[in-house]
Amino acid sequence: MTYDVIVVGAGPAGSSAALMAARAGLSVVLLERGPYPGSKNVYGGVVYGRVLDDVLPGWWEEVPVQRWVTRRSTMVLTGTQALTVDFRSGAWGQAPYNGCTTLRSDFDGWLAGKAVEAGAQLVTSTVATGLIREAGRVVGVRTDRPDGDLRATVVIAADGVNSLLAKELGLLPKTDPKHLTLGVKEVLSLPKDVIDERFGVRGEEGVDVEILGCTRGIAGGGFVYTNRDTLSVGVVVSVDGLAKSEVRPEQLVADLKAHPAIAPWVQGAEVKEYSAHLIPEGGYDHLPQLHAPGFLLTGDAAGLCLAAGIWLEGVNFAIGSGLAAGRAAAAHVLGGAELSSYRKDLESSFVLQDHKRLRKAPALVLSDRVQQRYPQLIADLVEGLFTVTNPTAKPGAISLLRGAAKRNGVKLRHLAADGLAGGRTFR
Amino acid sequence: MTWDGISFEDRMETVEFRVGERPHIVVDSDICRSCTTKACVTACPANLFAPTSDGGILFNYEQCFECGTCYQVCDSDGALSWTYPDGGHGVVFRSG
Ligand SMILES: Cc1cc2nc3c(=O)[nH]c(=O)nc-3n(C[C@H](O)[C@H](O)[C@H](O)COP(=O)(O)OP(=O)(O)OC[C@H]3O[C@@H](n4cnc5c(N)ncnc54)[C@H](O)[C@@H]3O)c2cc1C
Ligand code: SF4
Ligand code: SF4
Repeated sequence: MTYDVIVVGAGPAGSSAALMAARAGLSVVLLERGPYPGSKNVYGGVVYGRVLDDVLPGWWEEVPVQRWVTRRSTMVLTGTQALTVDFRSGAWGQAPYNGCTTLRSDFDGWLAGKAVEAGAQLVTSTVATGLIREAGRVVGVRTDRPDGDLRATVVIAADGVNSLLAKELGLLPKTDPKHLTLGVKEVLSLPKDVIDERFGVRGEEGVDVEILGCTRGIAGGGFVYTNRDTLSVGVVVSVDGLAKSEVRPEQLVADLKAHPAIAPWVQGAEVKEYSAHLIPEGGYDHLPQLHAPGFLLTGDAAGLCLAAGIWLEGVNFAIGSGLAAGRAAAAHVLGGAELSSYRKDLESSFVLQDHKRLRKAPALVLSDRVQQRYPQLIADLVEGLFTVTNPTAKPGAISLLRGAAKRNGVKLRHLAADGLAGGRTFR
Repeated sequence: MTWDGISFEDRMETVEFRVGERPHIVVDSDICRSCTTKACVTACPANLFAPTSDGGILFNYEQCFECGTCYQVCDSDGALSWTYPDGGHGVVFRSG
């Protein structure tokens, strides 16, 4: 069979690429190895849907939402302490909204359905097992179906973080544990009214909690998200750090659930599903080449997930890059435009602008001081500020800071330097 | 099956696997015998790598998340051959 475009992977990147290419009138096949879109995919998660405003106006009316995130907290945990910065916004609970919790088996199927409505052909339970190449150009893929070779003018690899297709072309290194994190997650059942009560929300409102300092010093963090009648609780840790730590991933999740600040939220909940998935966290400085003759790389396969501490946004970046890949493929097939227009398009969109601006964030956020020293330092400082020491008079804030820094082995000049670096990184 | 007392077996029971006939990951235990890190043993989130008394590894592919962590942490060339299960087989997440 011959198509204008083959898209490998019906995750958010692939379905977005297929949608754009099909809307331009091309013949498009969208291959997915799972029995249905989303069956292989795991995230936190919150989807930030505004990226769809132009292509699917009014998307919020039909997206398979669990809850709209109206409250976002960032927590710093130590063994016995917790500091939370908590923000609520009424605006996030109304159209056009900001983010929603949704399950990938629902969301990925919904988005793939949009590509199918636009004319793409979705083929599930089919693995693209390799590329067909002729004269230095990718001209198709092999599949595990009988007589399963498919040919196309453009192959778009949206096959996720392990992208075996990008590895086959040499665009991604075979292994890269320093720039990958492992996410492990438990989905926990609780009645909706119990979740509403424990998290202080009502109706369709939901909460997104990002957590630092809960991973036994292994670079990473944790999360809690509210779904309608489940919670998603998990940790994300450096693959390299995990390999060296001799700690098992599910122990980190158990630690988090047992923490005095988290335990009351999850008490009595039953594990509904346990899951795990890798995340590419290299950022802008470790992006692979994004195109080759006849070939485009998009979404997590291209390392385009934005993981920068308080932000973990992969789905919207997968959609943004997938839409651009679909546009580039269409311009190539219809008008002979170079596939390199894809990179230029990304550079002028939020996808590479955000990545470029935050290029130093992954290294800073995963650095030893931020991961191993600062959570305790900050918690000690705040505990000092709020502990009433009568009959001794209150200590000054600066002396508390000095004391906390000293106890945690941090020099004030390092603190100042990291503060400055943080200011520059997140400016 | 409560929040603080779930066994690993019960934890894995929560996940659906449509097990294929072909083992999609194959471990060469002979190579593992000279591996000093055994990083896969603690890092695999599905806990599928079991050290054997002779220093090798016993591996069962059936309850695999297809996450890729094992080949990412393995430093020994040729110890792991890693592919995806055939189409439609393997893990099926419901609440990913
Ligand atoms: C624990 C965790 C928490 C996260 N939290 C968030 C969050 O809250 N918000 C957010 O926006 N992002 C989050 N992310 C990141 C987000 O999940 C990814 O960035 C996003 O899914 C990338 O989309 P994608 O389409 O590029 O890849 P994927 O979603 O991985 O899709 C790739 C698809 O390709 C298919 N495939 C792979 N190889 C083949 C093949 N050879 N043949 C056929 N099909 C194939 C797969 O089955 C899959 O469906 C999180 C990730 C993790 C792991
Ligand atoms: S699979 Fe790799 S890491 Fe695991 S024991 Fe064998 S050689 Fe070592
Ligand atoms: S792919 Fe993941 S779940 Fe499967 S064996 Fe490797 S580490 Fe374990």
